Amino acid sequence: MAESKDYILEMRNISKYFPGVKANDEVDLPVEKGEIHALVGENGAGKTTLMKILYGLLEPDEGEIHYDGRKVNIEKPQDAIDLGIGMVHQHFKLVDPLTVTENIILGSEPRRGLTIDKKAAQKKVKEISERYGLRVDPEAKIEDISVGMQQRVEIIKILYRGADLLIFDEPTAVLTPQEIDELFEIFESLKEQGKTLIFITHKLKEVKRVTDSITVLRDGKSVGHVATEEVDEKDIAEMMVGREVLFEVEKDKARPGDEVLNVKDFRVKDNRGIEMVKGVSFSVREGEIFGIAGVEGNGQTELVEALTGLREVESGKVEFRGKDITGLDARRVKEKGIGHIPEDRQRRGLVMNFDLAENMILGYHHKKPYSNRSIMNYGEINEHARKLIKEFDVRTSSHLNMASKLSGGNQQKAVIAREFAEEPELLIAAQPTRGVDVGSIEFIHEQLIKKRDEGVAVLLVSAELREVLSLSDRIGVIFEGELVKILQADETDERELGRLMTGGQVKEAKASV
Amino acid sequence: MSELQSGTGESLAEGKIVNILIDLGVSLASIVIALLVGAVFILLAGESPVIAYGALYEGALGGARQIMSTFWRSTPLIFTGFALAIPFRAGLFNIGGEGQLLVGGFAAGFVGYYFQMPGIIHAPVALLAGMLAGAFWGFIPGILKAWKGAHEVIITIMLNYIATLLTISYGINRLRVGGRPALPSIAEGAELFRLGDLPELPILGSLPFIEVFAQPGSRLHLNFILAIVAAFILWYLLERTTYGYEIRSVGINPAAAHYGGISENKTIILTMVIGGAMAGLAGAGEALGTHHSFIQGMDAGHGFTGIAVALLGRNHPAGIILAGLLFGGLAEGGLEMQFVGIPSEIVQIVQALVIFFVAALQMIKYFMARRRAKGESE
Repeated sequence: MAESKDYILEMRNISKYFPGVKANDEVDLPVEKGEIHALVGENGAGKTTLMKILYGLLEPDEGEIHYDGRKVNIEKPQDAIDLGIGMVHQHFKLVDPLTVTENIILGSEPRRGLTIDKKAAQKKVKEISERYGLRVDPEAKIEDISVGMQQRVEIIKILYRGADLLIFDEPTAVLTPQEIDELFEIFESLKEQGKTLIFITHKLKEVKRVTDSITVLRDGKSVGHVATEEVDEKDIAEMMVGREVLFEVEKDKARPGDEVLNVKDFRVKDNRGIEMVKGVSFSVREGEIFGIAGVEGNGQTELVEALTGLREVESGKVEFRGKDITGLDARRVKEKGIGHIPEDRQRRGLVMNFDLAENMILGYHHKKPYSNRSIMNYGEINEHARKLIKEFDVRTSSHLNMASKLSGGNQQKAVIAREFAEEPELLIAAQPTRGVDVGSIEFIHEQLIKKRDEGVAVLLVSAELREVLSLSDRIGVIFEGELVKILQADETDERELGRLMTGGQVKEAKASV
Repeated sequence: MSELQSGTGESLAEGKIVNILIDLGVSLASIVIALLVGAVFILLAGESPVIAYGALYEGALGGARQIMSTFWRSTPLIFTGFALAIPFRAGLFNIGGEGQLLVGGFAAGFVGYYFQMPGIIHAPVALLAGMLAGAFWGFIPGILKAWKGAHEVIITIMLNYIATLLTISYGINRLRVGGRPALPSIAEGAELFRLGDLPELPILGSLPFIEVFAQPGSRLHLNFILAIVAAFILWYLLERTTYGYEIRSVGINPAAAHYGGISENKTIILTMVIGGAMAGLAGAGEALGTHHSFIQGMDAGHGFTGIAVALLGRNHPAGIILAGLLFGGLAEGGLEMQFVGIPSEIVQIVQALVIFFVAALQMIKYFMARRRAKGESE
């Protein structure tokens, strides 16, 4: 890159050490003024650490930060904000019962005497929202607006504080395809107004679509700075993983056998007593992957929890190989031969303060050979873990490492290894690649296909459209607790699914029934 | 990638040992700090810290007799420490050690005097009765929590009152003989063996050095040995059985335990029953070994001190034994401090300071660990 470029931010030779780990190892991050800069890398590559350093949440052990041409010291988030650096966090930092305006001005309220000057605040909010095309309702309460609008509130909030450099930490993870389109329009308009953006993401398609240049991190090192137009998705993926990556999931046509799971008119309520699954019926056969596509929060969580014995069934029937298993508890469901990869591995799938070996028997700990008459056999348990770590390529130095020490992708591999090892007849996989790096996604997909080809029935629930499309043989689209349509995977595309997922064509679909 | 992950298997084991040593070091340092601060109070009271601490040491560890007394005083504290720790490992806060100790002591004292049995079985039966009574007293809040979600803290506190009224106001007043506020003395066969009698035993008595135990007035009894045995059993239960696996997983992550097919309710009841049984043994030991009857005031706040013992011992059986010994030593040495003229209030302040500083430094360690974890999480 030429020296003459106008950099708004240069992070030079940043190193940050944690006990036994180099989270950042002489990382460089040059960001030009007015560009959209992608920061990509696998989980554990050091993206978050680097951004925490930039935002004043962590102190670097070595290296320096230059902002607007001069060396700066960022010791706390306020320093970053004062410089004009703003961050849109992956998990929004908003106060639910307050209005949009109140959230935006929180902490830097315009005052008139002792009271907040609401008029001035609203005017400013309106001004920003019109200037950048950030549509929000200033009077609405946060709890009443969509996730996409909440994100826009976050963006306005940092613009309100005068940010010139905006950091977006995986902003698309929580959005629908349509909302993602809108977000990218906002990106463009921010750029037109002279703002600089750092865009952290896993999704290479998005990188290709909106960014101008890319910094790739791998194992804590910056392995490349490239202009986006000079590379394609495959190149980026290879830089991230350090080897060639297969994008399209290669699979043969499914050879479905007997019906394994049959769900009839299934109804489930959530913790608040609201019906989230409203009369869902479907079946899964041996050797096929049945995908459930949908925006999160449309009843998938409750559906899976009820099927796996973690949540009460309101009404309806579940049959497993012709036998009624409605309402069995989690242990009995497992004993039937139903494996479950839970959507939230940190909350459900793993006990983070247990070591890997103990985690790899969770749910099977009472069975031989892991225990005999209630006495645990740690020899067997450790051997089992060592075997699975090897077989499923879990990257860790020892089976005695705490689960919390592993990266997200490796945690997920550990969960998958555990569930696969018990040779289930039905596998329920909820969001199996969420928050997982490219290399691990590829591996997990291959493993799911392999299980299918061995004759296992797979129920795949994913908010990732591309994943559902490329893995599934049949796809059911869930919207507001109902399966609005069941399609053959090879007869549909992302557009159609996206429309169905967001409620489009529902009436049409119903009418045609 | 692999070089990014910390440690190999062996270095992990070493890391564990290092952690334990750090824990011990922090605890020792906090005791030293506490004593230094305590010295200020002693000076304010116009006494000499040197004499006072000399007496504390002399009283707690000065000789075989003193050490045996320290062991004796620590015995019920170790058991009530277990009573908190086991439910705590499953995420429950058992405040009911006091009540469980009382019903255990009462049941043991009752069986000890009311029934006539051959000596060889009378003491075990009475001890067992105390243990079962305590277990039952722990079972009540356990089952209420499991069935109805009643909060164990409220229930156990209420059960403490009920236990006091039932065993002392009703039990003792109804059954006592004469003016002494106690149940009648237990039969000789129900008395727990005292270690001071070791030299009189036929075979063991001929061992060399056994005379060390022959200390006049020592009340150190068999229950101390049982506390050590219980520590081993509890450690084994927690770390080597499926029950322990389930208890620990419910305590750390109930949602994951649920996912793993582990019954939280079963675990709640099990740990509360074990906790109650441990407190029951504390009471039974006091009744059968120390006082030779169930007497009013026998609990002496052991149930509550047990909470501090467990927290100080990090809810680990071995840690609880060490913490129990510390508290026992402070109690025994504190008496000696009073003998040399230190006001008892000052003695209590010094004892409280030790607890305060040990707990405070543990908190600092805890927050440091959390900060580290925060920094490391990617």
